[in-house]
Amino acid sequence: MSNTDFALAVEDLTVSFDGFKAIDALTLYIDRNELRVIIGPNGAGKTTLLDLICGKTRATGGSIKFKNEEMTPLAEHQRVRRGIGRKFQTPSIYENLSVFQNLEVSYPKGRSVFGALAFQCDAEVKERIQTVAAEISLSDKLDMEAGLLSHGQKQWLEIGMLLMQEPELLMLDEPIAGMSARERELTAELLQRICKNRAVIVIEHDMEFVKRIAQKVTVMHQGKILAEGPMDKVQADPNVIDVYLGH
Amino acid sequence: MNTLKVWIHRYQLASMLLLLVLLAVVLPLTLDIFRLNLVGKYLTYAFVAIGLVMVWGYGGVLSLGQGVFFGLGGYAMAMFLKLEASDPVTTAIQSTPGIPDFMDWNQLTALPSLWVPFKSLPFSLAAVIAVPTLLAFIVSFAMFKRRVGGVYFAIITQAVALILTVLIIGQQGYTGGVNGMTDLKTMLGWDTRTDSAKYILYYLCVGLLMLSMLLCRWVQTSKLGTLLLAMRDKEDRVRFSGYDVADFKIFTFCLAAGLSGIGGALFSLQVGFMSPSFVGIVPSIEMVIFAAVGGRMSLVGAVYGTLLVNAGKTFFSESFPDMWLFLMAGLFIGVTMAFPMGLAGVWEEHVKPWWAARKQSGRAGSPAVFAKGEKA
Repeated sequence: MSNTDFALAVEDLTVSFDGFKAIDALTLYIDRNELRVIIGPNGAGKTTLLDLICGKTRATGGSIKFKNEEMTPLAEHQRVRRGIGRKFQTPSIYENLSVFQNLEVSYPKGRSVFGALAFQCDAEVKERIQTVAAEISLSDKLDMEAGLLSHGQKQWLEIGMLLMQEPELLMLDEPIAGMSARERELTAELLQRICKNRAVIVIEHDMEFVKRIAQKVTVMHQGKILAEGPMDKVQADPNVIDVYLGH
Repeated sequence: MNTLKVWIHRYQLASMLLLLVLLAVVLPLTLDIFRLNLVGKYLTYAFVAIGLVMVWGYGGVLSLGQGVFFGLGGYAMAMFLKLEASDPVTTAIQSTPGIPDFMDWNQLTALPSLWVPFKSLPFSLAAVIAVPTLLAFIVSFAMFKRRVGGVYFAIITQAVALILTVLIIGQQGYTGGVNGMTDLKTMLGWDTRTDSAKYILYYLCVGLLMLSMLLCRWVQTSKLGTLLLAMRDKEDRVRFSGYDVADFKIFTFCLAAGLSGIGGALFSLQVGFMSPSFVGIVPSIEMVIFAAVGGRMSLVGAVYGTLLVNAGKTFFSESFPDMWLFLMAGLFIGVTMAFPMGLAGVWEEHVKPWWAARKQSGRAGSPAVFAKGEKA
């Protein structure tokens, strides 16, 4: 596989579960500083694709290169340390810890056993937590138990936990699911702010939201890429209308 | 002054101090040496219980084989003491003088090479911690790196407990078999059976237990402790935040094993023998009960739980020898159903709020509920 200038280069990626190919010879390139939205009907393999990139699922074949480094042999935590961050579909936060602790634990220092024992929450860490908390509009909730946050705030908190790590590739799986209209607006603004200086992949169903944030859209269907391009071009594509938008 | 307060709160020093006063002052003044020695024996189980607070309460990994590590620590100490008790003069009537009596009964004619290093006290003391920790490392590395957890891990630890028991009983020429190692009398010539020695060993036990609790509390309040809680809640989120989750579980499991080993060694010293009946499945589960009754999230609670359950066990088994197993099972079921966080949970959730409300009403002349209502 060739080296590229892309942040992420997925080439010929395949995964099969008992013969069923959830991702079928998929090739996808994501630029540095790009915000890419992936859409597609249920079962198209969108979440599986993110699982493969972050290491939750192992690929059957093909290559995933992040900054020209092959990711497939690496364990999940190693990929995170290279700079890949992943937000899960349902808000995945530590409900019993405070918002502050949620962010503190996500700070990328003291990641080994003895590093964690020696870790001090110094001024630098606290400042970073304040900055991120302001970014995700949770500055006044730092001492609150995370389980008490509203659903939308939990989604933001998880995004904030990823921002703590300053990933170069950020993958968000349905970040606005279950949010109110106002929260959606705020999230769209948040995404536009945080996609600077990093590549972002967003999976989303809500077409209004996609139109608002997308620079480039990839449509997946049955583990393959059906169409790729700007939103209006993709929406006009007869194949796309047939499998997805026409429903 | 303020930093001191923060420290006291952070390391739960107030409740630890209270426990220290109880163990180091109140009990020695009120109990005779026989009973105090019994308390000392219970406290050796408390090392296992606080280890379980770390592994089970914080780490969310239930181990039903902690007796293994208690036993290994105990055997390491007992081997040293047994060798000292088997000098050629005392064992002159044996066909091979100078080796432990059970070896002689099993037709061994020389000291097995495994036993030779245990002639050294420093080696034996190191082995008390190192052997349990090493076994814990091997077991937990193999399991956690493969992401075995939950019930499966609990079953594996049971299997380890069973295997070790069978091994000890089967190899009686090397281990003393089902009787264990008995007649441990002296350590470097110091008679451990006298009353003064019992007092010294009791205080040693209390001191080491306190140090172990401080160590555990320090781990709990470090980022590692927060990570353990986070892992218990959302393991995947921790993994996808760049942590190798298995490493943290392995560390905690090894920590608990090392502490259990210290407990086992103190048991051998205070009680004067060690046997497979402290290694197997039943004692391992009993130790989980101690932690559950005391509260698996509280170090101090686990120590109280250990003392209470054992005091109850002694009382019941003296008064109702046939019934105590049922009573203890009833206690376990009752506590876990009614108070899932154990005695410490009762304290935190019922006694403390009640006390705060009482104080409030005493001061303001009206119940706390009203004070809140006025604000709103």
